[in-house]
Amino acid sequence: MYSQGLIGAKTDTTEDEAFLAAFQARVDAEEKIEPNDPMPEGYRKTLVRQIGQHAHSEIVGMLPEGNWITRAPSLRRKAALLAKVQDEGGHGLYLYSAAETLGVSREEMTEELLSGKAKYSSIFNYPTQTWADIGAIGWLVDGAAIMNQIPLCRCSYGPYARAMIRVCKEESFHQRQGYEIMMTLARGTPEQKEMAQDALNRWWWPSLMMFGPSDGDSQHSDQSMKWKIKRFTNDELRQKFVDATVPQGEFIGLTFPDPDLKWNDEKGSYDFGPIDWDEFWRVVKGHGPMNRERIEARRKAGMMAHGCARRHSRMRKNGKPAAKRRKWRRSEPHDEEPDPPLGSFYPPAQRAGPQALRFCSCRRRGDGASGRARCLYAPG
Amino acid sequence: MAAASPVSGEMLTAFLLRLADDHLILGHRLSEWCGHAPMLEEDLAMPNMALDLIGQARSLYQYAGEAEGKGRDEDQLAYVRREREYVNCLMAERQNGDFAHTMLRQFYFAAFMQPLWQAIMSSTDARLAGIAAKAEKEVAYHIRHAGEWVVRLGDGTEESTRRMKAAVEALAPYVDELFESDEVSRAVAEAGIAPDPSTLRPAFDAIVGPVFAEAGLDWVETPYGQTGGRQGRHGEALGFLLAELQYMQRTYPGMTW
Ligand SMILES: [Fe+2]
Ligand SMILES: [Fe+2]
Repeated sequence: MYSQGLIGAKTDTTEDEAFLAAFQARVDAEEKIEPNDPMPEGYRKTLVRQIGQHAHSEIVGMLPEGNWITRAPSLRRKAALLAKVQDEGGHGLYLYSAAETLGVSREEMTEELLSGKAKYSSIFNYPTQTWADIGAIGWLVDGAAIMNQIPLCRCSYGPYARAMIRVCKEESFHQRQGYEIMMTLARGTPEQKEMAQDALNRWWWPSLMMFGPSDGDSQHSDQSMKWKIKRFTNDELRQKFVDATVPQGEFIGLTFPDPDLKWNDEKGSYDFGPIDWDEFWRVVKGHGPMNRERIEARRKAGMMAHGCARRHSRMRKNGKPAAKRRKWRRSEPHDEEPDPPLGSFYPPAQRAGPQALRFCSCRRRGDGASGRARCLYAPG
Repeated sequence: MAAASPVSGEMLTAFLLRLADDHLILGHRLSEWCGHAPMLEEDLAMPNMALDLIGQARSLYQYAGEAEGKGRDEDQLAYVRREREYVNCLMAERQNGDFAHTMLRQFYFAAFMQPLWQAIMSSTDARLAGIAAKAEKEVAYHIRHAGEWVVRLGDGTEESTRRMKAAVEALAPYVDELFESDEVSRAVAEAGIAPDPSTLRPAFDAIVGPVFAEAGLDWVETPYGQTGGRQGRHGEALGFLLAELQYMQRTYPGMTW
């Protein structure tokens, strides 16, 4: 992992006015900031928070859709859903790698997710009750993700921008696939159409909330715009999403659950009703219908992987170097960990074998994780 | 495989359904892990393998439907048969257990399928040979991936070794069934379509043996292997798997998805 040396790297910089002005000049000139470039601590922190949050969303997002893999209605749908959920896992892996270039490890980020310190997209705290929810998520949630992410392809931080170019291609495929599920249902039997309408009714408002608080209430927006991490405000992106999505829903004969939704000729876009921000904050703060289950599922999965002290000896027998040690930020060396607690025995790949094993799972796929990691490098 | 005698459509269908059910049921089991794997890399690897298995199942069901000639498509065969009509091996339906158990089951099944697919690549049945050519590449990856885990866990920590040994113990009764021979398997063997499973044991042992040696695992002999899957006699877990698998097709019969 090329980012290895960066984990826990010294990141102190003296941030005098000249430094900040020089940095801003680079950003204003649309230069890409790369991992080893000097950057203000605030810039680094903002990116770590945002990329981490984004990565967690991909990972937690696997759960509501994974909920329907074993019940998908046909073999074709089953295979497509499996592949889609796997893609989201790939996005997560890819984004964790991008965040690692900023000196934070995947393990640290995961700890923050499990402790509740790091957030993820609130939409995944709603349950998937019917098959139509799989269509609605693809169409609306991946659709909203694209709106958010297309501008991020021009983000000032190079690794994040390059990651987004790749991710966006897959998200737009997911969006079309989800819409196609909705279309099939909307053109199916009355029961299927009702299922599609019900899914739209439940997912529409949470999808609008995906863009975050209104511009006036967003605490991170201004500085992020200045640093060209963000290119559009939350409200601008939300409006774009509404304008793109409403005609799609109407085309397949579905109705949006908003009596105030109507085309406004003067401004050339849709007007829509007020968002229930109480619900938004309630879910963000952990009180959505599925928050506890989502974190519990991730905790259980992680429990199995954490805390193994020894590596398989083959790597040394073969004369291959044992896994290159990560530079852990925490002070205690991992090899001297006490015996793992019960239920946590799997040697994490990065300690269990060559570093390459971390990516072995995808080595067959040209667009797999190894491809993803390579993609983070600056071109040339 | 030369000097073939022709095989009846019924025998061919029965043979194809066995293979198809093995792949669907095991692929389904593997897909139960999606989103819950012990590490992110495995959340990519296990769906990869599940996708291979389900893809192979689809090709086999499509062919079985045609061989049967009753107009059943892949979904009718996969979703709307009764429990006693599924003819997968018992190993495929075994519950996932822990990660060690899942990986060992995968390894065993792949070690059984690799020599089978390799032989089918020169089958007298061109359609099946085509399916085998693709599947053989995929199963080689399954052997490598699952085999690496058998070694890593078998020769890992005290806890991982304990779990891998428990998996060897738990799956031992389901190995012999893979190599059973009966009138269906003999008919397709005589027609040069696929080798009789009873001839595949040495190849299986040649794959499993070195991995066990490296993992420091001992082979466990069981006096009485479990059998019955090929006749539709299954364990109790399969009914629940099917209840989930068939839920949509049963609740909303005859619709297009
Ligand atoms: Fe994604
Ligand atoms: Fe997606």
